[in-house]
Order: sequence, then structure tokens, then C-alpha cells
Amino acid sequence: MICRKAGAALALALSLAAAPLPLAAQELKVGLSTEPSSLDPQYHNLSPNNQIALHLFEALVAQDPAQNLQPALAVSWKAIDDTTWEFKLREGVTFHDGSPFTAEDVVFTIDRAAKVPNAPSPFTQFTKQIVGIDVVDPMTVRLRTAAPAPLLPVDMTGIRIMSKKAASGPAPEGKTTEQLNRGEGLVGTGPFKFVEWSRGNQLVLERNDAYWGPKPAWKKVIFRPLPNAATRVAGLLSGDVDFIENPPTVDLPKLASNERVTLARALSNRVIYIHLDQFAEPTPGIPDTNGKNPLKDKNVRHALSLALDRTAIVQRIMEGFAVPAADLLPSPMFGTRKDTPVEKVDVARAKKLLADAGYPNGFSITLGTPNGRYINDAKVAETIAALWTRAGVKTQIEASAPPVFFKNRDEHKYSAYLAGWGATTGEMSDPLRALVATPNRERGMGGTNKGRYSNPAVDAKLVEAMRTVDDEKRRTLLQEASKLAMDDYGILPLHFEVSVWAMKKGLTYTGRADQYTLAYLVAPAQ
Amino acid sequence: MLVFIIRRLMQAVVVMVVMSALVFGGIYLVGNPVTMLISDQASEAERLAVIRDLGLDQPVWQQYLTFVGKAVVGEFGKSFRAGEPAMQLIFQHMPATIELALVAMLLAVLVGVPLGMYAGLRPDSLRARGIMTVSILGFSLPTFWVGLMLIMLFAVALPEWIPGWPRLPSSGRGPTVDILGLKLSIFTAQGWLHLLLPAATLALAKGALIIRLTRAATREVLPMDYVKFARAKGLSERRIVGVHVLKNIAIPIATVTGLELGQVIAFAVVTETIFSWPGMGKLLIDSILLLDRPVVVAYLVVIVFFLVMLNLVVDILYSVLDPRVRLEAQGR
Repeated sequence: MICRKAGAALALALSLAAAPLPLAAQELKVGLSTEPSSLDPQYHNLSPNNQIALHLFEALVAQDPAQNLQPALAVSWKAIDDTTWEFKLREGVTFHDGSPFTAEDVVFTIDRAAKVPNAPSPFTQFTKQIVGIDVVDPMTVRLRTAAPAPLLPVDMTGIRIMSKKAASGPAPEGKTTEQLNRGEGLVGTGPFKFVEWSRGNQLVLERNDAYWGPKPAWKKVIFRPLPNAATRVAGLLSGDVDFIENPPTVDLPKLASNERVTLARALSNRVIYIHLDQFAEPTPGIPDTNGKNPLKDKNVRHALSLALDRTAIVQRIMEGFAVPAADLLPSPMFGTRKDTPVEKVDVARAKKLLADAGYPNGFSITLGTPNGRYINDAKVAETIAALWTRAGVKTQIEASAPPVFFKNRDEHKYSAYLAGWGATTGEMSDPLRALVATPNRERGMGGTNKGRYSNPAVDAKLVEAMRTVDDEKRRTLLQEASKLAMDDYGILPLHFEVSVWAMKKGLTYTGRADQYTLAYLVAPAQ
Repeated sequence: MLVFIIRRLMQAVVVMVVMSALVFGGIYLVGNPVTMLISDQASEAERLAVIRDLGLDQPVWQQYLTFVGKAVVGEFGKSFRAGEPAMQLIFQHMPATIELALVAMLLAVLVGVPLGMYAGLRPDSLRARGIMTVSILGFSLPTFWVGLMLIMLFAVALPEWIPGWPRLPSSGRGPTVDILGLKLSIFTAQGWLHLLLPAATLALAKGALIIRLTRAATREVLPMDYVKFARAKGLSERRIVGVHVLKNIAIPIATVTGLELGQVIAFAVVTETIFSWPGMGKLLIDSILLLDRPVVVAYLVVIVFFLVMLNLVVDILYSVLDPRVRLEAQGR
């Protein structure tokens, strides 16, 4: 062993002297903040799983770093009519086992999504509107939906195509999640092939030399879970890993000034917001208004927004690694407006609005927040409490561990709560539908609108947008819907998180709005 | 002896039943695992389907009875998060933890006992005072701080300051070798390098405890008649200390070491987290945070069983070291 180490060291020394990208340097070690819960690409729809799946598998449609749609296993797609989408598949693509990629694999994969047992977050989210699949020819599939589905191509970015040949099996779903976790049937068309996974320790992938797209720079990639933020940074500084995701904000100034470290950053699609209870009367967190819920009054909500110093929060608490928000998605993503100035802090006006609303002496409120779910969540909430108190609304915070917070939130125990939303689709209907649409379980609207804000005008625009296949018309409808909701202060956006990646000098990474860490996009600097 | 062992096993079963009921109720009260697991974008129908799939739509007492029914035949359910049998997950992570705990306790005993005896034999010497001061630091410094300092020192700072200083890995486990189906890293050089820092972190606190214990025991034994007689008989100091003193202080040390070993195996959570050591502690914390009940319950069942067994071994060892102790008397 020692002998081999010395040999490796010698090889490294020699190769460093010779080529610009020597063999020994073709290995990339990545420190992840969360390891995937499974390697089955259809088991748990969760970022840590999806980003690993993207190394091994590809979807019909991909998203670029700004979440614009890109051709992947499909070279083109078009709506034939309101309820049918046609995808032309890429010719000459092979799976890791050498078998060719055809329409049969697409059919198999879409069918499998609904059959995976005990999936804690099922992928039917992306396939449920599909009522039929027609194989026109081996390189063309048509997906039929019951209702118009303008977002079907976006949904298809979430379904990673598995090999029918490799992933078939006696179980209804073919290869089971457990088998896939062991690497059996874990065969995709992606830029990397599976080598080994020992849970909690490391996941090893090697380059797929037969990949149809740009070849990754790394022959071998090792992902190691380093959930403790300080350990992750120490791992990078000590050279144990070459690349880490989510370095803690407190360490960012230090890392930025370290000449052996490079940072990559990207504005994410995750908005941090405050939701206000606009339904219950009396509302649980406001004890001193004789049972009235002041948050139903638009002036009060406006006052609470005016009291927020978003710029100060971003600079002092987030260390500059966030952008103040005036909407639920940052421009220029699909459906956002261009002119959305961030509300300037104005305490005097906030006090006046409160007085106009009949609360000259303000009132008391409890602000709920998770502790440890979003970047600096509890610290941001503390700052908001101070800012609101300054404007006359005496605020105390209730910070809870995430499971407790989510339980309380779902049971409507907060009058105001801080939370975050990542728009995985990268377009406006996603946050609007989840956060401001009137809650309606059957229609899948307002699922996370726990302030129970309801504005029929917003709902109407949104419903219209969701069945409009024409991109331009849909964009306008979404812009109008979000403007209505924002002008009504139905929800108070605070800031968009900026995702950060840290790597050793000599590497580059294009930060992504979806916050994914993708080793094949890590490149040695030229 | 047999009665004693059976009695202990029955105690273990009672503890396991009580504990699993408590954990079941506790996690039920904390929240719904599905909220933590499912994507925010999922529809209500998908939500309900997941809740039904995981059996969480049943009343909690019924869920518990179902669990007990299956646990009796050794089936502890599948992890909500990983979809793999909970016991399998635990046994995958167990070798790493046991390895770390054994090396840490070995280190603690090998360093702690000699230093403690020295401090006990020469309590007033300068060196003894030095040892005792360091030992106070040893168990009063928080583990996570010690771990981070060791990482900064041995993985980052020293190799940077002193050219040629060997750099220790800051996290994770070294390459493993399959021994009887267990993945062990103590048989590779890299494995030992990876073990050093986390084991030292754990050993610091445990070693400090052993130093203090050994010193106290040594001081207690020294004025005993049999030591005085041994001295009067003209035995060499080496024999007195190495045989008569050591044998008699071995009893409390063995007891405490055994119990502490159990503690380290069951609750090395902090150290495992800091060093990203892929052991059971990290599995437990992750599972608690995600309310992954099957894993938490299975883990605690394993640990309760293990601690009871460890106590049993310690008691047996006790009777071997001290023939005056009779097991039957203890079991009653």
C-alpha cells in the first residue's frame, strides 16, 4: 500500500511536470452537503438525488444553467395540437451497456414512474397528466394528455430515461430500488457510468467514453457526503476534496480571499418569503387585537413589507450572497416582469399605514421560522422581528427544527412564517400555483399557500395561463398574475438565495439556478 | 450463570418494548415524515398515496402493533428515506462505528492507564500535576471543537507550515477490505490514516476519564495492607506495581471502559458528523432529522440489545477479575 502510494506520488510529480492535464489529475473529488437517498432515478424526487441521476442518465429535455430548455435525448419537440406533444429522439445514442436508445426506452421509463413502490416523493408529479404514449417510429414519440399541458416539455426534464433492456425485471417496476442502489440495471446514456456506492462514504463514477455530447474532463469522479459545513470547508482547504457545494456563508469572505480557492456563484430559483395568515379570525399568533386579524387588511401587509430592510438583510446577514426580491422568481426567468423595483424601507410610511388601518399602536405577532432548512433562516427571522418591532409591530420569533416547523405550518399554527420556495421548473407558474393560488386540493392549487391568501383575479389568470400552449400568451398571463399578487401584498418576497460552490484554484464551474452540482460541468481552467 | 444470562436477556426485551413504544409515540408527535420527504410540488393525491404506501394513514397504536408483529420475526421495516430494510442499513454502517470505537478506546486505555498510574504513584511530582491538568482539559473541551481543531492542525495548518509534514485526511473512511463479509478499514494503511483523527478526538475525552479513574484507584490501593506486605517482603517495585496494584485497579477500569465503549459505539454522533465518518451515529442523526422512524426504532433496538450484552460481558469479566463477586447475587 505504502509502495503504491509512493508510486502514485511519483507518477503525480512526473505528470505535473509533463502534460497540461495529466492522467492523475483526471480525478475529481466532490464534497456534497447531502448524499442521495437512493440511486434509483425514479424513487425520490429531491435535488441531491436528481443531481446524481443527471450524471448517469439523461432526460428528453435538459435545462441550461439559467433553466432554459435544451435538447438532450430529444432533438426537438412540438405541440401537434392542444393535447399532444411530439418528441423527435436523438439518433445514434447508446446506453452504457452498448444497446441503442429508442422510443421503447421512453415508454418503459414513463410507465415505470408510477410503479415504484413506497417512493417518498414520486415522479408521477411529472407524468401524471400523460394519458397515452404513441410510438410513431423508433425515433418519434407522441405524448397525449387529458387537458392542455403547456409545461410537458419542462416536466420531461424531470424524467431521466432508463434502459428498458437493463432495467426490466420480474417486479412490476422492473429493477427494484434496492437493486438499482447496488448498481444492477443502473444503466443510462449519461456522461458517467456507475462504479460503486457505499452509502455514507462515497459514490464513484467513471467517464462514459461513448457519450454523444461533450466529454467530461474527468476520468473518475468521487462524491463524498460531507454534511457538516465546517468539515466540507476543511476538506477543500486540506485537499481531501477538490470541489464543494454550499460552503457556509460565514466562511465566504475568508474563502474569497484565499488564493488557493475559486468560488462560483449563481442566482438561484429559490425565493425566501414571508407568508401571512389571511384567513383565520382570530389568527393564532396575534393576541392583542380583540380577535381581529389585521393581516386581512392590505394596508397592514403593505406596512409590514415597507418595514423590511431587504438590502440590509442581504448585506449583513447573507454576506451579500443573496439578491433582494420583489417577485417570486428572479428576472429574466420565464413569466417574470422586467421592472420590479424592490420595495425601499420606509418606517414612517409603514407606521402611517398601520394607523390608517386602525392600529396606531401596532400589535403583537409571532413569526414562525425553520431553524436550519434555508441559509441563515433563523438569523434572517430575528432581523425581521427587529425591523417589524421598529415599525410598531412587536414581533417575537418561534424557531423550530424543520420537521416541527413544517408540521406547525401545515396545521396553520403561524400567523406569519418565513420559508423558501425553489421553482424547479424555472418558470412563474410554479411559485404562483404553489404559494398564492387559492388552496384547492383536487386541482393541485395553493399546496403551500398556508397563509391561505385568495384572490380570484390571480386564480383566473393563472388557470388561463396553465392551459395556454402558446409561449408568448402564457408569458403575458403569468406576468399579469404575479403583478396582481405582488401589488396585493399577498405574500412578501424577501430575497433570492445565491448558490455558491467552492473549488481549488485551477477549476471552473458555471453556477446553476437549480443549485445542482454537476461534475461534468466542472472544467480545468484554460 | 445461565439463569443470570437469561434474566438479563428478559430485561433487554422489556427495555426494547418500552423504548420502541416511546420512540414511536415521540416521532408521531414531532411531525409527519411525509412532509419532510415529499417534494413541495407534489399534488394532494400523490401525498395521500405516499402516506398510504408508508402505512402512516393508520392510527398510531395500530402502526405500532403492526411493527411489533413484524419485529417479532425480525423484520423491522424499510427506511422511509432509503427504501432499504432498516436493519440492513444499520448493519452496513455498524463496522465503521465499531472499528472507530474500538480503536478510540484502545488508544484511551493504552495512554490513560500508564499515565494515570504514574500520577497515582507520584501524586506530588510536577509531571503528575501536568498530566492531571491536561486530563481536565481532555474531558472539559467539547468534542466538536476538539475535532475541528485537530482537522485544522493536522490536515490543513501543519502540512502548510512545515514542508514535508504528512497530511492526515480530514474526513471519511479509508479503503476497506472484506473480512467475513464485513467491510473493515483497519487492515489498510490508508484506513489507519483516516482513523487517526476521529479516534484521537474520541480518545481524548475517554482517556482523560481513564487517567483520573486510574489515579484514584491507584491511590486507594497503595496504602492497602497487601501492598505494604509486598513491600515488606522485599518484592521489586516493578512487581508490586505491575502485578499487585494493576490487578486490583483493573476492576473499576474494566467496568468503566466497557460502559464507555458502549457509549462511544451508541453515541459517537458528534465525532462521526464532524469527520463524516460513515457510521451508525450519522445514520441515526440523518434519520431523526427526516423522521425516518423505521431506522430510528431499529437502531435503538440494536443499541439497547448491544448495551445490555455489553453490561453482561462487563459483569462476567468482573467476576473473572474479582473471584469474590458472584454473578447470581447480582442478577437477583
